[in-house]
Amino acid sequence: MSFDRRRFLSVSAASLSGALLAACGANPESAAKLLDFAERKNEGLERGLFRHDTMDRVPASAKLAGKDFPKYFISKTVPVWDPSVRGTWRLEVSGAVRTPLSLTLDDLMKLPHITQKVDHFCVEGWNARAEWTGVRVSDIARVAGITGAAHYVDFQSFDDDYHESWDMASAMHPQTLLAYGMDGRMLGPEHGAPARVHSPVKLGYKNTKYLTKVVFMPQRNGGYWSDQGYEWYGGT
Amino acid sequence: MAELVKRNHWVVRLTHWVNVVAIVIMAGSGMRIFNAHPAFARPGEHFALNPWEGHSIPNWLTFGGWLGGARHWHFAMMWLLVANGLLYLGFLFLHGEWRDIAPRRGDARDAIEMIKFYLFVRRDHPIQGKHNVLQKSAYFAMLVLGVIIVLSGLAIWKPITLGFITALFVNYKWARFVHFAAMAVLLLLALVHVFMIFAVDPYSVRSMITGWYNRVRSPEARNARPFYHLFGPRRSRPHDAEAPLT
Repeated sequence: MSFDRRRFLSVSAASLSGALLAACGANPESAAKLLDFAERKNEGLERGLFRHDTMDRVPASAKLAGKDFPKYFISKTVPVWDPSVRGTWRLEVSGAVRTPLSLTLDDLMKLPHITQKVDHFCVEGWNARAEWTGVRVSDIARVAGITGAAHYVDFQSFDDDYHESWDMASAMHPQTLLAYGMDGRMLGPEHGAPARVHSPVKLGYKNTKYLTKVVFMPQRNGGYWSDQGYEWYGGT
Repeated sequence: MAELVKRNHWVVRLTHWVNVVAIVIMAGSGMRIFNAHPAFARPGEHFALNPWEGHSIPNWLTFGGWLGGARHWHFAMMWLLVANGLLYLGFLFLHGEWRDIAPRRGDARDAIEMIKFYLFVRRDHPIQGKHNVLQKSAYFAMLVLGVIIVLSGLAIWKPITLGFITALFVNYKWARFVHFAAMAVLLLLALVHVFMIFAVDPYSVRSMITGWYNRVRSPEARNARPFYHLFGPRRSRPHDAEAPLT
């Protein structure tokens, strides 16, 4: 996955957009307003269509991407949790919960877990299959005892300031995991070790890797890519 | 000399030009989205049906500036395309004009006659209704492609939420391929359409703007092949009539 930050700033002058907007006499702000309006309406529709029992069904015979599964992070080098510098890795579950949690990897692995072979849909257009092992976010929410104020959840990481916030319905989907295993092994540093969010119901960029905090919130909190112009909802 | 008839209803004219705008923006932004991963293979796999696997589409053909921008345009403009398409199909059905577009028995025979005419094997332009059968088949194919494009588009927009649509195309990867390939064929037919308008029946441009069409200028009346008799049949030119040889 090769996101190029410069790409965000480069609006190709030769692209049709300039010509068309000029021809219509429309200025970019009114276009932006129209696009914002469409994004809001689309999000409403997407949330309306979302079902908890609509699953990603990958055939059992499907080939796993394995070593070809794209690796991706925003830091300059692979983010690795170094216990001698940062202390023991812990997953903090906080916010609109009755019992805030601070889980070591062992604690996390003691919770009920599942293994599932699902798709990973990248915003770029490819999809890749892997077998993920982890704890359902809905189980974490149950253990922490989320309150009525939990309408959104923010997944934060130690990969610079990477984070993405989700609507609760998508986070509570049975295929949304806090994954610590991939293809039968412990998650490797290129794929978000010690733990990451993985779900087929959201595009790849919503699936925070190198997870440190799960914060249940009354309001949405944007996200690394959502703040740079990708759809916040990012659902599949 | 003019024999004016109302050829295209205002609904047809309106939806035709809205469609031009919608398809240009959808195709342009779609190709920009495609360029983020200009291939159909999953990581580590091969895709044999695309000879240009890995090759991007030139930027000047794309719209939206960058992946996120193109996605916003694509997901906004798709509703214009769908609403416009439904309006057109609804009109076609209620107004009975689907008869001018739908395939029927005898089309193959008529197509042979049209091809013979274009190849100078047959002298006179076959009389085949509002559109000749090649034209009619192209328009019908474009409608079918439009339906395929919308369905495969929904399939890759929501591969989980609308997974039952994705399943119609086997899976996400194939739906994405069908979406792209159908778009490519549709654009090719649109190019042929524009070419034939100017090469055979430029007078029909008026009928798609004001609705009026001069029958005397129809390809049938002019006996027009591509770039032949563009300005009327030779025999009707005054200087060409049986003028006395002096």
